[in-house]
Amino acid sequence: MEAVAEEKNTEIVGINRQTFRQRMMSYRKSPLSLLLLVLVSLSAFLTVMALFFLLFYILVHGIPYLTPDLFAWEYNSENVSMMPAIVNTIVMTCLSLLVAVPLGIFAAIYLVEYARRGNRLVQIVRVTAETLTGIPSIVYGLFGFLLFAVTLGWSYTIIGGALTLAIMILPVIMRTTEEALKAVPDSYREGSFGLGAGRLRTVFVIVLPSAVPGILAGIILGIGRIVGETAALMYTAGTVAGIPSNLFGSGRTLAVHMYVLTNEGLYTNQSYATAVVLLIVVVMINAVSGFIAKKVAAK
Amino acid sequence: MNKAKEQIMHVVFLLSACASIFCVAMICVFLFANGIPGMAKIGIFKFLAGTTWKPGNNIFGILPMILGSIYVTAGAIIVGVPIGILTAVFMSRFCPKGLYRVVKPAIDLLAGIPSVVYGFFGMVVIVPAMSAVFGGSGKSMAAASLLLGIMILPTIIGVSESAINAVPESYYEGSLALGASHERSVFFATLPAAKSGILAGVILGIGRAIGETMAVIMVAGNQARMPKGVFEGVRTMTANIVLEMGYATDLHREALIATAVVLFVFILLINLSFSALSRKAEA
Repeated sequence: MEAVAEEKNTEIVGINRQTFRQRMMSYRKSPLSLLLLVLVSLSAFLTVMALFFLLFYILVHGIPYLTPDLFAWEYNSENVSMMPAIVNTIVMTCLSLLVAVPLGIFAAIYLVEYARRGNRLVQIVRVTAETLTGIPSIVYGLFGFLLFAVTLGWSYTIIGGALTLAIMILPVIMRTTEEALKAVPDSYREGSFGLGAGRLRTVFVIVLPSAVPGILAGIILGIGRIVGETAALMYTAGTVAGIPSNLFGSGRTLAVHMYVLTNEGLYTNQSYATAVVLLIVVVMINAVSGFIAKKVAAK
Repeated sequence: MNKAKEQIMHVVFLLSACASIFCVAMICVFLFANGIPGMAKIGIFKFLAGTTWKPGNNIFGILPMILGSIYVTAGAIIVGVPIGILTAVFMSRFCPKGLYRVVKPAIDLLAGIPSVVYGFFGMVVIVPAMSAVFGGSGKSMAAASLLLGIMILPTIIGVSESAINAVPESYYEGSLALGASHERSVFFATLPAAKSGILAGVILGIGRAIGETMAVIMVAGNQARMPKGVFEGVRTMTANIVLEMGYATDLHREALIATAVVLFVFILLINLSFSALSRKAEA
């Protein structure tokens, strides 16, 4: 039965098929079509080539310099270790997520589960979230500098940087969570209400668990932004090369570390190596989010 | 007890939803409160239209940086928009399924690469190439435009592709039935119908390009003078802030914050036109 259906399918596809020669003949009649085809293919080729060239160039130049020295626990100007920067990046990521994830999820819950349709507040929240998405990272950095370093008098701190980044990724987490919550069928909620559960219980026990993969994808997207961020951190978390003793110390993340190394101009090889580590992290993040997206789609 | 819990959590959710409003308000207040007085002290006209930036002599004119940002962004649009839109067309209407599974993740990866890595790549590849071909140091408006053009590709491709996908199939089929080739149908029937969505993507790309900081600093040369030519160095507003914020004091610092205010207003305008356009695209 299935085999028959498949055969039919291929036949239907076959109706519009031209042979290669027919196609070339039609291009001779209409050179514009051929030109468009060439342009389109060339553009896609260029786009992909730009990526592969970048990856290839940096990997080839960077991998030979990934020495154990570069991962020594303490930084000094001899080994130019990126280990403290890696630790700082992890701390920074955790702190930002700690603030942004609950806030973003709760906000999305309000927008999807609580607010009535056509609510004025919801529209304002949407507009402001869109605005937050568009603000350049240097403006965030300057705001964080003015708020945390100047007004609160903290100077450059890890926590100031993390809070700045939390504001930056808030709209990302809000939007993805909102979409994930919207994708949960209403019958789930109705079933839960029908069994006598309250609204809160329905949200936390029924709706939220089925939205987890979507939310996770948003969080991973947020992690990607945090790991790659530089401009927002230079004047909030500062550029000190070590691991600070507490959260009110200054420290640089991997991306900032790489910028400073490149800027000093003395450590180009180490910059390549740092770029390799950053790229590996980004590729891993993309792979994981792609995997989750596939899982969501499969459901 | 249960009712109280419901009430409390309702308020918590409500407050969380207001967080983004609060953040935008705070950013506006802090930027404007710290930037406007400085602008007033320098004189708004002198600040916006002044052609000289010499913090040492208390001369703060940011016209060179405003023009720098606009020129570099325009260059990025010239490089990125045609390639981006054509790639989006390819992805949506020409790409075989097997190839799509390679190209799509590649474009996602292009979007995920940190801007420092782009900047570094520009510094070690694009700048020397520019220098070899056109002479000079290579750190130039052209180098920055080329790099930014690559960086905004994924934004433009993503938005344009979904805009093209949203066009009803009947447009394409109608054109085919009238005897047009596949290519002509896509370009002259489907693509015009996706116009506002594609334009929204371009505007989003402009926003990215004008706000980009680290990558530009590393390839643009950063001379604080009126832009002289495509192959000369140029400084953007974003670069101006990052380069001098570290040691600026008093009026100099206020002038830098005022630069951020100008940039912020640019971005707000771009955002407004983006949301207006995407609403039009949806309707």
